[in-house]
Amino acid sequence: MTGRLDVATAVTVIRPGRSLHVSPRELWDFRELLYFLVWRDAKVRYKQTVLGALWSVLQPLLTMAVFAVFFGRLARVPSDGQPYPLFAFTALVPWTYFATAFSAGAQSLVGSQQLISKVYFPRLIIPLASVATPIIDFAIAGGLLALMLLWYGITPWAGIFLVPAFALLAVAIALAATLWFSALNVEYRDVRYVLPFALQFWMFATPVAYPASLVPEVWRPLYGLNPMATVVEGFRWGLLGTPAPGAMAAVSLVVVTMALVGGVAYFRRMEGTFADVI
Amino acid sequence: MSSDLALRVHGLGKRYEIGARPRRYGTLRERIAAAAVRPWRRLTGREPVAGPPTSIWALEEVSFDVRRGEVLGIIGGNGAGKSTLLKILSRITEPTVGEATIFGRVGSLLEVGTGFHPDLTGRENIYLNGAILGMRKAEIDRKFDEIVAFAEVDAFVDTAVRHYSSGMYVRLAFAVAAQLEPEILILDEVLAVGDVHFQKKCLGKMNDVARGGRTVLFVSHNMAAIQRLCTRALLLDRGRVVADGATSDVTGRYLSGGARPAFVAAARTGEPQIVCVMLKDAAGRPLGRPVITAPMVIEIGYVLPQAAPGTCVGIGILTADGAPVFSSDSRDAGVVASGAADEYLARVTVPADTLLAGDFQLAVCLWNERDVLDLQEPALTFSMDPGASPLYQQLARRTGVVQVRCAWKIETTTGVGV
Repeated sequence: MTGRLDVATAVTVIRPGRSLHVSPRELWDFRELLYFLVWRDAKVRYKQTVLGALWSVLQPLLTMAVFAVFFGRLARVPSDGQPYPLFAFTALVPWTYFATAFSAGAQSLVGSQQLISKVYFPRLIIPLASVATPIIDFAIAGGLLALMLLWYGITPWAGIFLVPAFALLAVAIALAATLWFSALNVEYRDVRYVLPFALQFWMFATPVAYPASLVPEVWRPLYGLNPMATVVEGFRWGLLGTPAPGAMAAVSLVVVTMALVGGVAYFRRMEGTFADVI
Repeated sequence: MSSDLALRVHGLGKRYEIGARPRRYGTLRERIAAAAVRPWRRLTGREPVAGPPTSIWALEEVSFDVRRGEVLGIIGGNGAGKSTLLKILSRITEPTVGEATIFGRVGSLLEVGTGFHPDLTGRENIYLNGAILGMRKAEIDRKFDEIVAFAEVDAFVDTAVRHYSSGMYVRLAFAVAAQLEPEILILDEVLAVGDVHFQKKCLGKMNDVARGGRTVLFVSHNMAAIQRLCTRALLLDRGRVVADGATSDVTGRYLSGGARPAFVAAARTGEPQIVCVMLKDAAGRPLGRPVITAPMVIEIGYVLPQAAPGTCVGIGILTADGAPVFSSDSRDAGVVASGAADEYLARVTVPADTLLAGDFQLAVCLWNERDVLDLQEPALTFSMDPGASPLYQQLARRTGVVQVRCAWKIETTTGVGV
């Protein structure tokens, strides 16, 4: 009666190195589980908090305030001719998404130990869900960013249509990083300790508090090796009209594609032993 | 040809890596350190000393077929490989060798309430848990009322489950799971939940499932449940299939295979202690398999290293799955043992025609008014043999565990009043 029963008559063969490998079709079959996991995390996240969903904007907003005082006012970091708070917030919106998704994602498999050792489902659902959940906060913070643009009287230009593409790139980076680190974390619990440092370094390597134009022009394509740099510069370009990421973006696309393909391959190679090791 | 087959398992094996220092779960540092010393080892000619075996086979050469509609019980002691087998068939973990082919949609229930979140309400958890078990939202919508009614939590459906009593929690979890309608159902010990009333309800539901023509694989330590539900049983021992056949034969073999005919304490503790327990016949000969028509003598040796006045000895007889049948102690018979520091031998005679044929456990206890001094539970296990009992002449089986000599009288009523 349901669509599932057709699949049911299919034959499942379980043998070493094959049974856990998932077809895209099976992943599609489990889309409702993905939905429910995202729904659960979103619901649970702000239960028993006083400020609730306000937290999703508070974090980038406060960081912006700190940056505006220390980097903008005191250190006089250039901001490509834009008001510094707006300049910083435009970068903080995608960065906060990435940092949240990545740190939750890296812990996601270990945190789902119970599910993994007791129920079958394509394991890819877990990192997918943990990268998808913070998109809700991403969107809320994006709304606030729109208000700020209005407040500062920025007139949108055609580049705004490419901003969703850069947002998508941020999701792809978060997913690639999550695939690698969540699987590594199952076997090497060091990951948990490395993560906060890695994120901190990564933020300073990303032009969040400063413009990419500080990097000499010749080196800038190389800067694209950090794809988050492209995302941040892309957001500023599309919304504020600062210089375009250009060659950086091309390098980033290649890096992300490779990291994503490699991440899926590594994840699949490891997932057969998740239940035994976790 | 395979149309009536639900499952075919062929040469399945699973090896786990263990060893003195687990290879898994290591840290990056260990990996790097190991890589760094490797060239050194080669230079100095020192190879690492071989430790104890670093892997075990949790499952080895397991092969069996399950036909559609069969309810297969899988039994065996701890570490026999039952859970590993279910995990492989549920696709939670991979086999190391071999192959299993499943014809149809599988639903597996290795635990009740997997993925329940304490902060979510009952309603929310029903949807979440249903999705985790592989149900569609539309399917859960349809069955929602039934789930709530079965779990008896109507009034609390919108309360966070962390406020639930543990009973309500497992009832809700089982109720969701009970709605799973795959063609092949894999179950692990899930019946051990809730109070007696709810367990009955669960068993009833299980019966429906089993009778409904679905293929079921069922792991349990509860032999009564296995016997009631399963048409066939598989006995695993240290990863291998050692028996496969009719449920009563296989469970019988399991229970007797684990029989401990006598108990002898491993060491003297210097405390009041039960040192040996043995079954004997009326003539004092050791008894391998007691017969229901003859009395059985239980000999209990115990030691009191210091004077311990008021010490009592007691026995308890339990069924193989742990339900108490009766208990008795020295005070019942008005026997007062001297509490002086010494070694003692207590003899308890269980009269003939008390127990029916079946498997039993014997528990022995030593205590005084304040404390339990020593408890062996079970001290030993035994099977009662029907022997030549007339009870077993007419009927192949008698249900129950004890025999009671009831008085019977049957008269004609037509002649009355004439």
